[in-house]
Amino acid sequence: MAILTARDVTKRFGGLVALSDLDLDVEERSLHSIIGPNGAGKTTFFNCVTGFYRAEEGRVTFDGLPLEGLRPDEITQLGIARTYQNIRLFANMTCLENVLVGMHVHLRSTWVDALLRSPRMRREEAEAYREARRLLEYVGLKGKGDLLAKALPYGEQRRLEIARALATKPKLLLLDEPTAGMNPRESMDTMAFIRRLRDDLGITILLIEHNMRVVMGISEIITVLDFGEKIAEGPPEQVRNDPRVIEAYLGTRRIAGVGA
Amino acid sequence: MRRSFWQRFFSPITLFLWAFRIVVILAILVGSFRTLTAGKYAGDQWIDVIVFGLSQGSIYALIALGYTMVYGILRMINFAHGEIFMSGAYTAYFVAAAFLSSGFLNRNPVVSLLVVIAVAMATSTAIALLVERIAYRPLRRAPRLVPLISAIGASFFLQYTFRGFFGAGFQAYPDWNVLKGEVVLAGIGVLRTQAVAIVGALFLMTVLYLFVMRTKTGTAMRAVSEDMEVAAMMGIDVDRIIVITFGVGAAAAGAAGVLYALVFRQVWFFMGFVPGIKAFTAAVLGGIGNIPGAMVGGIFLGLIESAGPILFLDGLGIPSPNQLKDVIAFVMLVMVLIFRPTGILGERLATKKA
Amino acid sequence: MITRRPRWTSYLGIGAVTGGVAVFLALVGMVETFSRRQIIVGVISLGHALLLLTGLASGYAAGRRAGRPAAALGGGVLAGAATGVVVAAFVVLGTSVDFRHMFVASSPGLYDILTFARGRAGLPLVVLAWTLVSVVGAGLALLPATIRRPAFAGAVTVIFLGLFQELLQLTLQEGTVQTLLRGFLFTGDGLLPRGALTGFAVAAVGSIASWRWGATVRGRARSMPPRSRRISAYTALLLAVIILFYLPRIVGEFPSQVLVFVGLFTLMGLGLNLEVGFAGLLDLGFVAFFAIGAYTVALLTTPEKYAIAQFSFWLAVPVALVVSLVAGVFFGLPILGIRGDYLAIATLGFGEIMRLLVLSDFLKPWLGGSRGIINLPKPIIFGYEFKEFGQLFWITIVASAFIAFVAARLRDSRLGRSWMAIREDEDVAEAMGINTVTSKLLAYGIGGAFAGMGGAIFAVMIGSVFPHSFNLLVSINTLALIIVGGMGSLPGVIVGSLFLVGLPELLREFAEFRYLVYGAVLILMMIVRPEGLWPEAARARELHAEEAPAPAAEEALAAVGSDGEA
Repeated sequence: MAILTARDVTKRFGGLVALSDLDLDVEERSLHSIIGPNGAGKTTFFNCVTGFYRAEEGRVTFDGLPLEGLRPDEITQLGIARTYQNIRLFANMTCLENVLVGMHVHLRSTWVDALLRSPRMRREEAEAYREARRLLEYVGLKGKGDLLAKALPYGEQRRLEIARALATKPKLLLLDEPTAGMNPRESMDTMAFIRRLRDDLGITILLIEHNMRVVMGISEIITVLDFGEKIAEGPPEQVRNDPRVIEAYLGTRRIAGVGA
Repeated sequence: MRRSFWQRFFSPITLFLWAFRIVVILAILVGSFRTLTAGKYAGDQWIDVIVFGLSQGSIYALIALGYTMVYGILRMINFAHGEIFMSGAYTAYFVAAAFLSSGFLNRNPVVSLLVVIAVAMATSTAIALLVERIAYRPLRRAPRLVPLISAIGASFFLQYTFRGFFGAGFQAYPDWNVLKGEVVLAGIGVLRTQAVAIVGALFLMTVLYLFVMRTKTGTAMRAVSEDMEVAAMMGIDVDRIIVITFGVGAAAAGAAGVLYALVFRQVWFFMGFVPGIKAFTAAVLGGIGNIPGAMVGGIFLGLIESAGPILFLDGLGIPSPNQLKDVIAFVMLVMVLIFRPTGILGERLATKKA
Repeated sequence: MITRRPRWTSYLGIGAVTGGVAVFLALVGMVETFSRRQIIVGVISLGHALLLLTGLASGYAAGRRAGRPAAALGGGVLAGAATGVVVAAFVVLGTSVDFRHMFVASSPGLYDILTFARGRAGLPLVVLAWTLVSVVGAGLALLPATIRRPAFAGAVTVIFLGLFQELLQLTLQEGTVQTLLRGFLFTGDGLLPRGALTGFAVAAVGSIASWRWGATVRGRARSMPPRSRRISAYTALLLAVIILFYLPRIVGEFPSQVLVFVGLFTLMGLGLNLEVGFAGLLDLGFVAFFAIGAYTVALLTTPEKYAIAQFSFWLAVPVALVVSLVAGVFFGLPILGIRGDYLAIATLGFGEIMRLLVLSDFLKPWLGGSRGIINLPKPIIFGYEFKEFGQLFWITIVASAFIAFVAARLRDSRLGRSWMAIREDEDVAEAMGINTVTSKLLAYGIGGAFAGMGGAIFAVMIGSVFPHSFNLLVSINTLALIIVGGMGSLPGVIVGSLFLVGLPELLREFAEFRYLVYGAVLILMMIVRPEGLWPEAARARELHAEEAPAPAAEEALAAVGSDGEA
């Protein structure tokens, strides 16, 4: 069953058409990649799904519910979380605080509770801290809870961002270039980690990637965009050999045959 | 969480904002209508008010140029800019007073006016460059709040320096014989001082516009304003351009100071504060970072401020409407910021990275 | 780092700049006004002390630049001589041409001060004096920190004692010990030389002691088990409360008034801190809520015709709180979509609109116009009337404590975190499920309520409300004090208030230079210590982070380089 469906989604910026009549289905619990040259509209699509942009035409449905007109925070409450191409952590907050913000949606105490330090609030906060620490450990940042987010090295910042997204308890996780700027070893580790995420937590993962090794390595389905349109879709072997894709994107023939 | 179209459209905040808009527009329309139908003011008075608004507005426009250019490049509100304007007025006062006592003023009015403007522009530019060097440059990379506080500090410092140097009182600006009285243009009686202010401002704005649009330095300024990093990569000396931007803006403000002193006839150390805020309003009105926008915004603000009280406030039955002149300006500012923050002509700011 | 031997011209430059500063201080009137005050009676006036400090600073800068003793002293000589020459030239110019119609400070008295009353003949002496002072300053730079620090502490103390001598003498008015102390240290107008030496010695010793044993004490405190640490913290707090309670009695009437002002601005600072420090909402119209609180109380307690009702102060305050909270939300609604600097300007606009409306004739029938509302009764509880400043100070303390408590509780909560997330990155905060509308409105509302409480106390303190008191300057002051004190930090707000509100008020006699110094301090603080005087530890790390470049960037670069496919 498709957990996310996009139909005829069109997004324009003035005269520029970023997405054009895009149809896309993401199957539940799948590992689905979106690839395409720069400017193809991949991040724009993410932004449309998360409510940051409003598409001019078309509909996006999540879990049967239409997303149009919903605010980003409402969409997150439904179960969609994301990470960003250029890491957007809360730089001057600690790692723990970053993850705790992610849990905002699931905490129920109000500011009045906070003032009074009611037992419910204390219990909830203690539980939240425990959960946050657990998440940090899960992504490999154990013990770094009190470090400022911006003090972390690049790779760890990426993992923190994922931890923060996981804190929202999403059903669908959008990862925007999770291996950007990583060396081959780190990319492989991240790839394995993403697969583990899906397997352990049962969430659906939709990722934008440029690193072909990773894309071919973990994707079950790949959608290829170019100039805002879908030009190919299918399992990795199919896409890899699609001439349109090769021409538009990969350019040379030296593709992910390297996927050792 | 299904939200119907109607639910979204009528969310409380949208409703509130619409109500706000409607109230203001209604107030303006009703007030104007009643004033105009009551016929309380003669045509002469309207013309006076409009001319005054134009002269006031052109002065705002000149000051606004400095704000808009600096904000366009550095994303920083130069709080001290009002004091730069004030320094121009003070310089004008001293030079003019010196000329007056030697009789030079009335023998060669045009030359002395030009000299006064030139010296005022030079002084205000020098002061602005000093401020940039000491209070702004070290803080270029700091988070936004830090240069703002520094600018506020600079503003206070300049005000009270002038107070300490030259005293706390009002200084009366000398009378130019040749500028006494009126001149009649197209059947409209305009005070000579106002005419000089309007013409002078328009001239300077044109010069500045051409400078920014046609010269190599001007192009460099626009490039830095678009994207500082790329401009640097193209070989532009960004520091130098920033200094030039400050300088040009300061020169315009200095000239504005001279013109203001001509029209209002006095200078004092605190005179830069309110025109400074108004000019910034004008810059935002026209679209921050946008030079023609600053000019349009300035004149628009001057006109609304001048004509507004008698045009619509009076019609609404508000006593002493001229007291609320500034309220009109600020309400305008707030409305623009809420509903059209890009301003009348659209903003032009250094692009942020995605 | 390559060390270059500084060229000798740079010392001349330092000296010339210092000369410029000295001339500036002279022309702006500080030298002359300060000279009317003696720090150490019969020895040195404040004016000369100011010049002395300038010269020392110049020499110190020269000495630091040089590094090597010989060069340092030589540099000091050059700098001092340059300064002396500049000042001498200024004197020559000033005494030959009459600049008085332009520079009001250019009086014969000024030149007397500058030349030690010797006129033109004293110019060589002037140059010599500056040179000597500069050399001493350079020498100070060479001294090891162990000597420099106590010397500095001692000097600061002497100046402090001299500046505040009037206040201190008032405090030491009664009691045998106090009068003896007073007689020993002070005479009519200032310190006695022996008083200065004593002050210097005590401060120097204190400085050495804190340096030697301070670290041990701190370490001991840190290694205490949490339980005893908490106990000592609470005891310290209790002590502080007791001292605060008695403080107004000790210091007298006028300082008590200052104390109330400091307390009020602390209240305001805590409120604005919520908006700016926690949530990142730059509010320059904050004074509007202060005004709303004040006017609400006024309209509810005054016996005059404007009154809406006749409540007691204690009933009026909660009403004022609620009204300000609602006002905060109301004014926050239209500006929810505005960010950054634009928000600052929009709120500034709101604040000014409020002030102008309250001042206008249009609203005069309800709000009293420029005459304001007067005759507000002082708070009474069980027959006890809070009419002196000292008593009002207690109310202020209680209110501040309450508000600090609320702020601290909120900060470490879900709401507080949502505010900080909004401050950091509003779009991402929203993407994390935070309803930014609710969060921001809460910030505006609660912050406004705090200001309203301040306004309520202000109204009864003065006994009347005038629109002129509610101007932009109050908002700017509040913003400045939380930044100078340390944004986001609660003790920082108190420190900021003490320095930016308390000090200037206490030094009323120099009021004409208040904003000059204020402006210079703001600029200096932002350049040297932008995190404030008592920052949250995180803040200090954040603002000096540029000194250690982010490891992330370097790794990213390395990664791109090695990965041929990326």
